[in-house]
Amino acid sequence: MTELSPPAAMAEAPSTASRWRKARRKAWRDRFLYLLVLPGLAYFIVYRIAPMLGMVIAFQDYSPFLGFTGSEWVGFKHFATLFDSAEVVRVLWNTLYLSFLQILFSFPAPILLALLLNEVRHQAFKRLIQSIVYLPHFLSWVIVVGISMIFLRTHGFINGFLHTAFGMEKPIDFLIDPVFFRPLLILQVIWKEIGWGTIIFLAALAGIGPELYEAAIVDGAGRWRRMWHITLPGLRTTIVILLILRLGQVLDSGFEQIFLMLNSFNSSIGNVLDIYVYTKGIMQSDYSFATAVGLFKGVVGLILVLGANRLAKRFGEEGVY
Amino acid sequence: MNGSAWQDRLFRWGNAIFLVILAAGMLFPFLYIFSVSFTTFDEFLKSDFLLWPKKWVPDAYLFIFHSRSFLRSLWMTVYLTVAGTAVNLIFTSTMAFGLSRNIYGGRAITFMVLFTMLFSAGMIPTYLMVKMTGLLDSIWALILPAAIAPFNLIVIRQFFQNIPGELYEASVMDGANDLTIFRKIILPLSKPALAAFSLFYAVGHWNTYFAGILYLNDPKMWPIQVILRQIVVLSDPKNALGAVEQVLLDVQPPPETIQMAAILVATLPILIVYPFLQKHFAKGVLIGSIKG
Repeated sequence: MTELSPPAAMAEAPSTASRWRKARRKAWRDRFLYLLVLPGLAYFIVYRIAPMLGMVIAFQDYSPFLGFTGSEWVGFKHFATLFDSAEVVRVLWNTLYLSFLQILFSFPAPILLALLLNEVRHQAFKRLIQSIVYLPHFLSWVIVVGISMIFLRTHGFINGFLHTAFGMEKPIDFLIDPVFFRPLLILQVIWKEIGWGTIIFLAALAGIGPELYEAAIVDGAGRWRRMWHITLPGLRTTIVILLILRLGQVLDSGFEQIFLMLNSFNSSIGNVLDIYVYTKGIMQSDYSFATAVGLFKGVVGLILVLGANRLAKRFGEEGVY
Repeated sequence: MNGSAWQDRLFRWGNAIFLVILAAGMLFPFLYIFSVSFTTFDEFLKSDFLLWPKKWVPDAYLFIFHSRSFLRSLWMTVYLTVAGTAVNLIFTSTMAFGLSRNIYGGRAITFMVLFTMLFSAGMIPTYLMVKMTGLLDSIWALILPAAIAPFNLIVIRQFFQNIPGELYEASVMDGANDLTIFRKIILPLSKPALAAFSLFYAVGHWNTYFAGILYLNDPKMWPIQVILRQIVVLSDPKNALGAVEQVLLDVQPPPETIQMAAILVATLPILIVYPFLQKHFAKGVLIGSIKG
């Protein structure tokens, strides 16, 4: 390479060449490190990056027989269909409404529990409660939904209890009546994640200096004033960061859970974006349209995280990046 | 002063009672399912509200453990969990070590990893990729596409970076190359951290169900959660469990107790590893929350 350099660059050539040589020597010295990175890198390229490039089929009428190169290019046709369809509007509404409810109820639940756990003085009692409430996080959605079905079905525990204790004649159709669908989803998420969610808040609470509380007590501040003026400001950064990350998932509505809870009675309100992609793409093999929906979802998610992050920074918070 | 001390006590007791009720709400379902899973057929039919059976029989358990498809799916899941966790551990630790050192291109690769946490190709392109790499209808479809969890990779990389540099330099002086250093120094030092992440990965594999539905058409390959879904959620234990030889039982147990027995069997491994998980996870989650 240096041999081919034009004479004008000759003055600089030695230093460039020596830098180049040095770099090559370092790369050679690190050859085993590259070897170690290789399997993981291959994984990311094949199963994470290549599928992103594969999203071009959103602009094609993809057919598995013709492949990526042979399928016909159709431009924004699928996106036009997407924004035109009343069904998609309905699906988007279902998704956003559910996410809104989750952020309203499931998001603050661990914060409240962390505040309550933080007030417990008896350490052994606190640890016992913690080990119990963390457990459901590790159970699969099949088990969580299975348990709710055993409790809520027509002859399940709850209806049996209502019948025996209050003589209720007609069982309540918790699993069939669509009225219960969204509250059930939220309760399941709270049951599964409320304990696990406290860990990060408890850590933030442990970071608040005890001298702040002591000073506040001396000044005569009661429990609520201390919580309002010391505890909550101490949690603010953590709450903002987690809220940013949660906003990025506003179009993800817990696919694995909803897929299990879905039946023919609640399918009109349970049809969220991910379920729609699954039905269109996998069940009906409409790969291109389903990918267009997925691409739309991914881009919106990305914009939301980056936007929320910038907004948080403008308001003087740390942000995630 | 007296009034506020009284209020304080009231709050403490109220808080403690609330926490006990909450914890009971998480344990009670298992106690209930456990006790009812041992009910006899007659008692189950007669009572419409059952908490504690008079007579305990293990029929439901005998039934599911005589079902070939149940045993097969258990075996499949054990295989998936062991092989999958091994793949996770190898891929994640090697890449994390390489990226923890200062190599050319390392920053770009780390950026790519972070980007995959913010944006993913979604279900369909990933499905097509799994199909194109020939994994459809193979248990490896549940292993290779999930070989590395980006979050775990970043956390382990951070962990490796915090190992003192002197250790590394001393070994270089002794003429050790990076592979030797990784094997002889880094891995032994990180055993507790890697053990924690293997448990997390293993629990993830044990709980896999949707990937099974998506990638495996053959019911013979279905992991336990897919079978469990069929037994409990779709309420179809007969089909899920197939024909069971009736040598041991006079009467087939009611589907409800079969469902409960199946739930408990699938939960048991999680309960067994839970104490070990608990020892590690608070630490793991916290390392991850430190900004990289």
